[in-house]
Amino acid sequence: MTISVRPLGSDIGGSITKPCANPDSGVRSGEATVMRRKLPIVAYLEALPLAVVFLLFFVVPIALVVVVSFFSYETYQILIPDFTLDNFREVFSEAVTYRTYFITVKFCLIVWAITSVLGFFIAYFLAFQLRSRTSQTVLLLVCSIPFWTSIVIRMIAWIPLLGRNGLVNRMLLGIGVVDRPQEWLLYSELAVILGYVHLYTLMMIVPIFNSMVRIDRSLIEAATDAGANTFQVLQTIILPRSKTGIAVGSIFVIALVMGDFVTVDVLGGGQVASVGKQIATQLSYLQFPPAAANAMILLLAVIVMIALLVRIVDIRKEL
Amino acid sequence: MHAAARPPIFYGLAVLFVLFVVFLYGPIATVVVLAFQGPEGGLVFPMNSVSLHWFGELFRTQSIGDIWGAFDRSIAPGAIVMVATVLFSFLAGLAFRRRFLGATALFYVVIASLVMPSVVVSLGIGAMFEMLGIERAWYSSALGAHLTWTLPFGLLIMLAVFNRFNSAFEEAAHDLGARGWQTIRYVVVPIIAPSLVGVALFGFTLSYDEIARTSQSVGALNTLPLELEAMQTNATTPVIYALGAMTTGLSFLVIGVCLLGVIAVRRRRNRFGSDAGKAV
Repeated sequence: MTISVRPLGSDIGGSITKPCANPDSGVRSGEATVMRRKLPIVAYLEALPLAVVFLLFFVVPIALVVVVSFFSYETYQILIPDFTLDNFREVFSEAVTYRTYFITVKFCLIVWAITSVLGFFIAYFLAFQLRSRTSQTVLLLVCSIPFWTSIVIRMIAWIPLLGRNGLVNRMLLGIGVVDRPQEWLLYSELAVILGYVHLYTLMMIVPIFNSMVRIDRSLIEAATDAGANTFQVLQTIILPRSKTGIAVGSIFVIALVMGDFVTVDVLGGGQVASVGKQIATQLSYLQFPPAAANAMILLLAVIVMIALLVRIVDIRKEL
Repeated sequence: MHAAARPPIFYGLAVLFVLFVVFLYGPIATVVVLAFQGPEGGLVFPMNSVSLHWFGELFRTQSIGDIWGAFDRSIAPGAIVMVATVLFSFLAGLAFRRRFLGATALFYVVIASLVMPSVVVSLGIGAMFEMLGIERAWYSSALGAHLTWTLPFGLLIMLAVFNRFNSAFEEAAHDLGARGWQTIRYVVVPIIAPSLVGVALFGFTLSYDEIARTSQSVGALNTLPLELEAMQTNATTPVIYALGAMTTGLSFLVIGVCLLGVIAVRRRRNRFGSDAGKAV
């Protein structure tokens, strides 16, 4: 009797077991199956290093953030075990908290809107308008390479462009649009948003592209034969089938923007304060408990936003 | 799709794509060009003259502090994280092909780590070391922080790879008498080698450039990205661009080596691989 062992991920999603690349991948000889079944301990040993890393440096630290948010603190003793709601009270009573959350959510929505539209059309261009596999790969690589370079450099790089004597100001002065250098280009909300779009559009392009290449081309041919124009194909076939990719990209962008403090620090100068920046500032004064309380609220906000997105699509289908 | 003429939308989107690429690379190019600013030149255009003056400044310690120390503290974790990411993701990828208790939980923890705001991870690791009374350093807390960022990418790549892996190769090896580790060493690893190079690329570059998760977990001595962030607030000379150009150059070198590695493996495979379909 052949006991079918489902290919990878069957226990993760269940939905990703569809035999796609090789139709025989799900069929194994009975002997191989028995060999695998005999040594379940091997799987644990193989997963162990990864599991230990995440236990030590992720699960425990996040649990500690929860615990520490109820601690109290003093100037010379930064972590005093306690169960107090003072940190949360402090966070909610400060006007700056509401301001930072407002501006962070605002950044999030603006950046999400720009990156999703831009990401969708660039992914569409790569997936449907290019004819050869090679040109797809090369151009996707062109988009991806900056992802593997320094984020700090990519932010600092805006300074000679947007600064008081930067290229953009020179150009504006040159063509006579303005009569003096504009100060609001750099160290402003605009600069921060530009920085985010620059850094995170790729996080939209890749998952959307990934969804798009799975779309059955015969659907598009059928639609075209039935008289649909490019726009109608885009709207009725491609957009609905790219939803999962858009959702995955959105989760990345939301999580990255909500928790960011580096971009705000470099491109916002001292003028812009996001939640992440506020937490980082609290930490620089070694105020761990209020920072932890603030982080908990931030986390809750991120989870709510992601939960709303996950309700729309099933992420696990995407692997 | 087979029609010879491009639809009008192609040209519109091609323009959009080109503009996007200019937007992506333009700022980095500006930094690299300005790094060659003459000795009298400033932080912005115009170029005063062309020189290597500011690259020379990088080697004079008094002008910019301990950047070479920071450089070492970035290269070393980058290398360690790269090896650990390849090894741990590969092993976990093998594990996930079987059903084991806790697999789903582990998968969700990894995904949670990927989307967790970095400032929270950083804070948690910082607090943990603070409570344990252990000094934070690049080789302990920051190394762990980097792994929480690189391993999710590594594992997701491995899951995608093994999802498409044809296990008939392994069965053939097994039928020919290969032991478990021999199958891995001589069959599985060579087949997925290009993806392992990809995981290595993610492992090194994401660690080398990491800043958000490092910030609260690195302790007193900064890594290079943190040093750069600190420098830019009071930068008055193009030396910061020279440093930026240098570290970007290193990134490009690593990316180039990895891509060439992948291409070389593919070429080799085409030459020495299967002769299926070549018979008349």
